[in-house]
Amino acid sequence: MKNKVTNILLAGVGGQGTLLASEVLSEAFMLGGYDVKKSEIHGMSQRGGSVTSHVRFGSKVYSPLIPEGAADFLFGFELLETLRCLSMLRPGATVVVNDLKIMPAPVAMGQEVYPADIPAKISSCFPDTFLVNGMDLAMRAGNVRTVNIALLGALSRRLDLAEQHWHQALTRQVPERFLTENLKAFELGRAV
Amino acid sequence: MEKNILSGNEAIARGAFEAGVKVASAYPGTPSTEILENIINYAGIDAAWAPNEKVALEVGIGACFGGARALVTMKHVGLNVAADPLFTLSYIGVRGGLVLVVADDPEMHSSQDEQDSRNYAKFAKVPMFEPGDSEEARVFTRLAFEISEKFDTPVLLRTTTRISHGKSIVFPAEPVQGLPEPNLVRDPGKFVMLPANARRRHPLVEKRMLDLAQWSCEQTFNRIEDGKGEVGVITSGISYQYAKEILPEAHILKLGMVHPLPKDLIRSFAARCSTLYVIEELDPFLEEQIRAMGIPVVGKEVFPICGELTPGRVQASLEGREMAPAQSFDTPLPNRPPNMCPGCSHRGVFFELKRLGAFVTGDIGCYTLAALPPLSAMDSCVCMGAGISNATGLSKALPPEQRQKVVGVMGDSTFLHTGINSLMDMVYAQAQATVVILDNRTTGMTGRQDNPGTGHSLTGSAAPAVDIETICRALGVRDIQVIDPYDLELTRQTLKSAMERPEPSVVIARRTCMLERRGAAERKLPLFVDADKCVSCKACLKLGCPAIEWNAEAGDKGKAVVNQLLCVGCGVCQQLCKFDAFGVRHEK
Repeated sequence: MKNKVTNILLAGVGGQGTLLASEVLSEAFMLGGYDVKKSEIHGMSQRGGSVTSHVRFGSKVYSPLIPEGAADFLFGFELLETLRCLSMLRPGATVVVNDLKIMPAPVAMGQEVYPADIPAKISSCFPDTFLVNGMDLAMRAGNVRTVNIALLGALSRRLDLAEQHWHQALTRQVPERFLTENLKAFELGRAV
Repeated sequence: MEKNILSGNEAIARGAFEAGVKVASAYPGTPSTEILENIINYAGIDAAWAPNEKVALEVGIGACFGGARALVTMKHVGLNVAADPLFTLSYIGVRGGLVLVVADDPEMHSSQDEQDSRNYAKFAKVPMFEPGDSEEARVFTRLAFEISEKFDTPVLLRTTTRISHGKSIVFPAEPVQGLPEPNLVRDPGKFVMLPANARRRHPLVEKRMLDLAQWSCEQTFNRIEDGKGEVGVITSGISYQYAKEILPEAHILKLGMVHPLPKDLIRSFAARCSTLYVIEELDPFLEEQIRAMGIPVVGKEVFPICGELTPGRVQASLEGREMAPAQSFDTPLPNRPPNMCPGCSHRGVFFELKRLGAFVTGDIGCYTLAALPPLSAMDSCVCMGAGISNATGLSKALPPEQRQKVVGVMGDSTFLHTGINSLMDMVYAQAQATVVILDNRTTGMTGRQDNPGTGHSLTGSAAPAVDIETICRALGVRDIQVIDPYDLELTRQTLKSAMERPEPSVVIARRTCMLERRGAAERKLPLFVDADKCVSCKACLKLGCPAIEWNAEAGDKGKAVVNQLLCVGCGVCQQLCKFDAFGVRHEK
């Protein structure tokens, strides 16, 4: 694992907490001794638009952007945004996706239709797909705003990194007053 | 010191701290904004938002006259505003080191153009560094201050969005010690750019650039990485990372300083390669200069000039093919464009401007999103400040009956940036146009920064607040109305009467941004739609509020529903519905 670069693509909607999840991800791999790069776009995308974040780790990482068609993991916070990113994946990639639909404006206005059966579409291309109910996990953790970290827990089980680094990264990145519920959400996600 | 994972912007702030910067000044602009937001975490730096980039640079120059090291940051289009002092500063040189960070936005993720600011380095005859990751951003920032003083020149440090907002591992170092204390020193031959002095300075500028070009051939920031075979690449910044990714075996000349070019180093590197690529984003800036040295290279005939590079785009260019289209399913997927937030104070104003048939000359900010459907209520957008001056020009050109339709719109921060001069001219020119100042008490689009109108500084401390009404009055505007844009009827009537007046009128639509932590309106209970009253007219959908959704399955023709998680209860839709279908759900 140390000799190759692993590519994780995060996809979601502005405001869903993808940024914090990618911060924890990259911090955890840095603590695990890897070279890490990440890239995302702020600005316009915060206004409810599509958001992606690229996280890459390995012994030496050059490009902060994942080469097209080379993502090993797709970490989706919303179904349509996950579907939109499938072309970035390599064959046989793993998809961890939140079972959530957020209507984009053209759909909310009745001009376009939200695609049907997205989980089936994703798993027909990528059999290694895990559908996670992030909201349910977050509610069990005691705070609906921990969805992102609960999902990260579910992803973490599929990544080769010691548990201590995840905990340390969460402790460094999550504000102290929200740490307990986020650690709980992470554990619940990791058990999925 | 402990390694850390930092964005390029955070690393520049760190590098500036390590370099002993005393004064930092900036106007927010994506992707440069976070540099100043992070520099306030370090002690001993006076960091503040300036009303615009020209002011920011002039503040930095003043500090440098006093012998302090000064950092000035801005986005690429901000450098157009600051270009005037930059060109003269090139002649003056520095006393304390001065570094200007300019953040370009290839691909226009959040910008109105994708100008290549490297051209400014050549144009203004100043050196420019270009880091390729966060650690280089820290090191080059620090180094730029040394070079500024060593070669008596302002230094540009250019990032791109992927550097500014990308994160990578940084190894912080201890700050420099023993910098001289700032004091007053008169040096008129250098500081006073009268023609006679400037004529003496110009040859020094030319010599400086020749000296730098020679000196930089020996410096580690311009380095050759030996590969295998006969393919070579000359590159810099983020493009270096893509080159390493796609051509791992090539010989690479990585330029840390992209102006002036280390010509001897380039010549000796080129001599060992049978095929030489220049991989750079946007303009053929390196390519043209290297070709002019008589060295044949492969550049923009294969690599794109528009948009940013990606590993895939570099690969496809090398193979001489188009990028394969992103995988699509049987039907194209619905887009998810950005939108004004639920409860955004701008929405009602644009809804009413559209109903009044206004021709809206717009400006730069969150409200530029009003140009998108369904509001589609902005007819032009050029640059900061242009909303008002474009309206002046239009009203001069149009026949009288059409002048009334012209409304210039800009935000509070934009008005203070470059809108005041424009309004001064509108009054002076006696133009018949209306101006709307969308005063949401913050600089919204870049992430809610304070400005001279908010009463707070960059650090959050109290500061004197500009009174926009008083400014308008002092400029000679006689008709000034202040409205709450949540009140649709008042908004419409005020805009209508302002547009009918044969003189410049200003309507200030004042309501704090919903995202602002300080002084934002209390979020009210979400509204709901009474399905019995909803007649499926879809009028509410014309607001483009993210909280109003269309449920096509409800009733015969579908019904509007309010997303209870998104709605903040602003009540604008309630005022607009003729059938009284929007209500507040009272607790049981």
